[in-house]
Amino acid sequence: MIDLILAKYNYWTFIILMLIGFYAMIAKENLIKKVIGLSIFQTAIFLFYISLGDVIGGTAPIVSDETISKGYIYVNPLPHVLILTAIVVAVATLAVALALIIRMYEEYGTIEEEEIVKIERERGITCQ
Amino acid sequence: MLSIEQFPLLIVVISLLSAFTILILGWLNEKFSCYISIATVLLQFIMSILVLNHVLTVGTIHYWLGGWKPPWGIEYAVDAMNAYMLVTLLFLGLLCAVYSKKNIEHELPRKRVSFYTIYQLLITGLCGVVVTGDIFNMFVFIEIMSISSYALIASRGKIALKASFTYLIMGSIGACFFLLGIGFLYSVTGSLNMHDLSILLSPLYGNKVVQAAFVFFIVGLSIKMALFPLHTWLPDAHAFAPAEISAMLSGIIIAVSTYAFIRVAFSVFTLKFIMMYLPIFDIICWVSIIAMLYGSVLAITQTNLKRMLAYSSVANMGYIMLGVGLSTSTTMGLTPALMHILNHAVMKGCLFMVAGAFIYKADLWDIEDFRGLGRKMPYTTFAFILAALAMIGMPPSVGFVTKLYLIIACMEADQFIFVVAIFVSTLLIVYYFWRVIEYMYIRVGDGDDKEVEVDEVPTSMLIPILILGVLCFVIGIIWLIDIPLPLMDAVNSLFGLGVMP
Repeated sequence: MIDLILAKYNYWTFIILMLIGFYAMIAKENLIKKVIGLSIFQTAIFLFYISLGDVIGGTAPIVSDETISKGYIYVNPLPHVLILTAIVVAVATLAVALALIIRMYEEYGTIEEEEIVKIERERGITCQ
Repeated sequence: MLSIEQFPLLIVVISLLSAFTILILGWLNEKFSCYISIATVLLQFIMSILVLNHVLTVGTIHYWLGGWKPPWGIEYAVDAMNAYMLVTLLFLGLLCAVYSKKNIEHELPRKRVSFYTIYQLLITGLCGVVVTGDIFNMFVFIEIMSISSYALIASRGKIALKASFTYLIMGSIGACFFLLGIGFLYSVTGSLNMHDLSILLSPLYGNKVVQAAFVFFIVGLSIKMALFPLHTWLPDAHAFAPAEISAMLSGIIIAVSTYAFIRVAFSVFTLKFIMMYLPIFDIICWVSIIAMLYGSVLAITQTNLKRMLAYSSVANMGYIMLGVGLSTSTTMGLTPALMHILNHAVMKGCLFMVAGAFIYKADLWDIEDFRGLGRKMPYTTFAFILAALAMIGMPPSVGFVTKLYLIIACMEADQFIFVVAIFVSTLLIVYYFWRVIEYMYIRVGDGDDKEVEVDEVPTSMLIPILILGVLCFVIGIIWLIDIPLPLMDAVNSLFGLGVMP
């Protein structure tokens, strides 16, 4: 059992990180902390992909006559490429989220979710 | 030389290029932005009709990006179902763009350029999700679509910011689950092309990783399409967005997420996997029934028209997903579900545009303020009545056709309790739409001083509203005389559905 846990430590790391991020997104009241949780959650998935592509003893996937003749093993480059795209997506999400928080801070003077809800209740849902 | 085989890619690229063109030309003169947007979406719409025609007469279009063969390169594959979704989404997208001209001038006077830039990015994302045949590419387009919709919802400021933020957090969780599902599939097969995956996965159906991946896809996309327990972001986001974005969100964006779900369930994992290894469609049927009733009951309790319509969208997602859930056990396959995607887009598009027209004219949000509108805005309220009758299901409207097909499907599957649920939800729909119509037409006597002074909306807003209102009945008749049946048969035979097991 212990062997199983130790041998697959990369997956355990990813699961623990993902759950930390998930917890922060659900339980935290502060909007910035929610966004930090989102980033941890996404990064955990990126780590999962990166660890998928790894080959023990593998080197950078640069193919030339020399590396082929010496019989080098390469890591799989495709997960890295995918994650490069996913990171761009994550950055875009983060940017929109932070922009929204800035606008909310200007509007309500707070970034605590409960207080924003309270201010909204006092105003009534008039939408204007 | 331009051939129709290249159109799937061009539809996506034109939209993306026009987003940047709007940004540059809008900097010179704000007025250009709207016209460029309308022209682009019109061009895309014409191309999508050509693509649909080509798919039905010649066959599936495969386009390889950069000439790389499918398992290695990205492939855009357009079959009957993609083409149908493409036409639906670009049709509503076009009408929303026309409608937005006056409405955005009024609501976001200084932000017209950025509005249309992001609107074009939204269309890019939607088209991309629909045409792509590569599952990672689909994730990227889902995120383009979602991120641009977060920004568009927030554009009205104030309470919409909070709604948009909640949607952002929920939507990102959904997208991450989708990404995780892709990772699981990649780890067992080493492929990302949907067709290739379906072949490589078939010997691996018993594998726990594959089954876990399927669950991640279902949960992730359920958040995106606001299926019942995961719908909590929807009412606020749909209610506080600008009117045309509400129409797009409600009619198209959740429907495109449903498309992604159908595509993943039937094209990547096949019918065999769903029937033998993870019989989840019974659960989906029951969840949809709950969504139908819950959405309708909560719609009754709303005082705000747009929030009422948003809860009605939750109920209508129930109808669509009931069609998907029943697809494996009837001879009609996906026909009711796909039918309701178009029908819902037409009806809800019309209703949200009418709600937007009231806000445009006199800032009317609450149903109780609608006294006497029937006399003052005759055409707009007429369209509202047409769409409301269609929602209720008056023959031969679109809502009637959906309910008819769903009831036949339930009967075939021997699920009479679902038939009862459809009737109950219809009664609830009658109640909440009648309330609005009552205020608009009948309650005029008690306090004339309370009535607001309004007149009809501008023509450019009225035309899309009336087109959609009339289409609610025209499309219903088209469905009833079975014109689109070859299309639906093509979709069903594609997934091996529609034959009795």
